[in-house]
Amino acid sequence: MEGDLAHIGAGLAAIGSGAAAIGVGNVAGNYLAGALRNPSAAASQTATLFIGIAFAEALGIFAFLVSLLLMFAV
Amino acid sequence: MAETTGAANGAEAAHGEGGGLVFHPMDQFIVKPLFGSAGDPVGWLTVTNVTLWIALAVLCVIALMVLGTSGRGIVPGRVQSVAELAYGFVYKMVEDVSGRDGVKYFPYIMTLFMFIVFANFLGLIPMAFTTTSHFAVTVVLALAVFLTVTALGFIKHGTKFLQLFWVSSAPLALRPVLAVIEVISYFVRPVSHSIRLAGNLMAGHAVIKVFAGFAAIAAVSPLSVVAITAMYGLEILVAFIQAYVFTILTCVYLKDALHPHH
Repeated sequence: MEGDLAHIGAGLAAIGSGAAAIGVGNVAGNYLAGALRNPSAAASQTATLFIGIAFAEALGIFAFLVSLLLMFAV
Repeated sequence: MAETTGAANGAEAAHGEGGGLVFHPMDQFIVKPLFGSAGDPVGWLTVTNVTLWIALAVLCVIALMVLGTSGRGIVPGRVQSVAELAYGFVYKMVEDVSGRDGVKYFPYIMTLFMFIVFANFLGLIPMAFTTTSHFAVTVVLALAVFLTVTALGFIKHGTKFLQLFWVSSAPLALRPVLAVIEVISYFVRPVSHSIRLAGNLMAGHAVIKVFAGFAAIAAVSPLSVVAITAMYGLEILVAFIQAYVFTILTCVYLKDALHPHH
């Protein structure tokens, strides 16, 4: 089989998705913890929540990008 | 051979025959010409299944926003109230995130949101083609936002727009380092902006197809049907949330262009 090492690298890069999952979980969990302490302030912060999730997710996306490049471009 | 071994050995038979799943989970993303034979080359002006589903998404937006509100009822009907809800939702998002002077650019952001929402949801119809799962589509959307916002920043503020990269609230020694980081993160924006949308949709649809492939194996098919149903529910959520995230990030970038001072 060709490109075996690239496939292994792609699999390793996919670990980054798990790391992004930790980041997103952190954002959402802390939001929920804050929202339960002060529910009246929660509604105004949902936009911030999604922006935070998007930024945390962006770095997981780069891992996904590396993985895609190894699969199809290298 | 598979017929003689019976249901008990169904799992092994299915694996042995095809050397894996019955169909490839990524087959659903193949761009095909709509007319003519399947092997025809796809050129710039070839009408493909992508063209069809993008056109359908645009038609659905028109149907909802133009035809739905054409009655102009004081008491809105069902379609009109959905259109009004969507309008109010995006308007409030632009106002909250970009500020009052961002409202001027509301039509563009509304167009983006409606197109992405409809493209995502039309892709959830079984056998449909998900246009937003293709990087070619989302990169164009994200680059349009990136170029518009950058041009807008320079038009509004001239060279003062570059203050966006000069974090004046940080200690002076740190500022050059931060400037490098800010510049990199600025130019990486269209990458993460587009791949987030396409990656989420592609991954979700591929997972559904992988579970659908397992449905051919008799022993695990009930489990697979349950998994498909659960994933489909999640995908409905993802279809909306990704459109929302794309739109809200557009608003954030717009805010940065309108108010580049830290």
